[in-house]
Amino acid sequence: MSGSCSFACSPISGGRCSGPALVSDEAVCFYLVEPETGVVVEKGHALEGRSMEGTILVAHAGKGSSVVQMDGLFKITKHGKGPVGVVLRNPDPVFVSALLIMEIPSVYAVEDSFFETLKDGQTIELDADAGVLRLLSR
Amino acid sequence: MRLTEEQEKMLAGKHGRAVEYAMRIQAGVGRVFGAKRMVPITRAHVALSAQDADLWFVEKLVGLGGKCKIPPTVNPSINLAYLNRHLVEIPKAGMDIVSATNTAYRKIGAVLSFSCTPYLQQNVPSFGEVIAFSESSATPYVNSVFGARSNRESSQSALCAAITGLVPEYGLLLDENRLAEVLVEVKADIRTDFDYQLLGWCYPLKHPGPEVPAFVGIEERPTPEGFMNFGAELNTSGSVAMYHFVGITPEAPDLAAAFGGKAPKYRVTITKDDIENVRRKICGAPGKIDFAMFGCPHLTIRQVGDIARIAEGKRFAVDVWILTSSLTRELADRMGYLDTITRAGGHIITDTCIDVPPCWYPYYGKSAVTDSPKCAYYNEIRKIAFKVRPLEKAIEAALVGEVME
Repeated sequence: MSGSCSFACSPISGGRCSGPALVSDEAVCFYLVEPETGVVVEKGHALEGRSMEGTILVAHAGKGSSVVQMDGLFKITKHGKGPVGVVLRNPDPVFVSALLIMEIPSVYAVEDSFFETLKDGQTIELDADAGVLRLLSR
Repeated sequence: MRLTEEQEKMLAGKHGRAVEYAMRIQAGVGRVFGAKRMVPITRAHVALSAQDADLWFVEKLVGLGGKCKIPPTVNPSINLAYLNRHLVEIPKAGMDIVSATNTAYRKIGAVLSFSCTPYLQQNVPSFGEVIAFSESSATPYVNSVFGARSNRESSQSALCAAITGLVPEYGLLLDENRLAEVLVEVKADIRTDFDYQLLGWCYPLKHPGPEVPAFVGIEERPTPEGFMNFGAELNTSGSVAMYHFVGITPEAPDLAAAFGGKAPKYRVTITKDDIENVRRKICGAPGKIDFAMFGCPHLTIRQVGDIARIAEGKRFAVDVWILTSSLTRELADRMGYLDTITRAGGHIITDTCIDVPPCWYPYYGKSAVTDSPKCAYYNEIRKIAFKVRPLEKAIEAALVGEVME
């Protein structure tokens, strides 16, 4: 594959960013991420041992109680170890309000073909304002 | 979303900066979920946490001049005085964050109820009431057991709703979204309060989607504690804001009512093996324990009474912490349970959560018993290894210092 392909999406919180995709087919709980390193410490999780720092987190969904998502995301962001952007496949109010409050560029309602094309680690350009996701070839 | 003239003024800052900021966040949530308008609420519950994000956000609203239009009840944090006297001197950072959080919530006009089960005491909605409840066991309880209407609010979005007195109308506020889409056949024997802990943890593993599930095959009406446990675990291993128990919960007298006459979109079966797999995965092996902790969510007076009966005239081998609301502790005092448990060497502590650092730090890295999978899960980050057992078994373990089976 050469060049790049674009996919339509809708904004959650506005902004632009780019970074390597960190893909979780499992729901994500930010609380079980080490704040100082951004490394997922949840035992048995698909992302266990991997860092969120600088990535565009492509999350299947969020999980965890109404407090912990925001607390977790706040702490890793404060340490500069959080994702720079988020693609959320199944939005829930807890996850969405945390993204809005933390003003992290983020999108939802992404074309299905994005998830089929996307490879873990592939560079994503996320433009929440324009509602576009771009996958760069490797 | 169409706002009324008054709501436009709120969004434009005519009612102060806090209302403007809260409206902006709520409008953003409303946009994502396709809300067409904002509607008034009559109650709110904020899952206060006395952690960094919680304090930052409430102080931000206080700084913007925020005052709650609907005074929300709040979650527990740390009972500084009790723990200072009975466990360990809370580090200054902990004292400071708790004091600052309490001050900010007092200023913003919250009711400092400090309990995670407001739906049992102090903030009890009725059928059809539109409300904004955060807190993992609270949201499904008010929706499913009472038939009140709340989306799965975060602490922050619930606080915004308390400030504006409004919520964007989407999701579970609308009739059509309260219908079940998943038919869950329970082919395991679910009877005790502890069975509901396992069933609640199990369901999202079988079906992780956000659709409302309707459960069939539950023979007896759960106790309030069973419902409470069920909801807490549904929102720890997953995120489920509402469910039906067919023939039991108010919006599901029968299958047709639960599904609105439509066919289920998904079918899930939960077998004995599924429940056993969850038990194996999350309950931990027998062995020595260093302490015991109960009250995630806060224990009810019936549960405190159960503990008192088992512990009567005996002595705990390890530290025992029973977390509950101040009202329940007062009742426990009147009933004599407090004396029984204190004589056995245990503690009944109010206003406190299992999950607010740093109050429990003497136990970091240790081994413990609890009846709550949620308590065990969130404490993984503090390297506390919890074994999870039914309440009665866990109390027996605390009497001998070991989980025997």
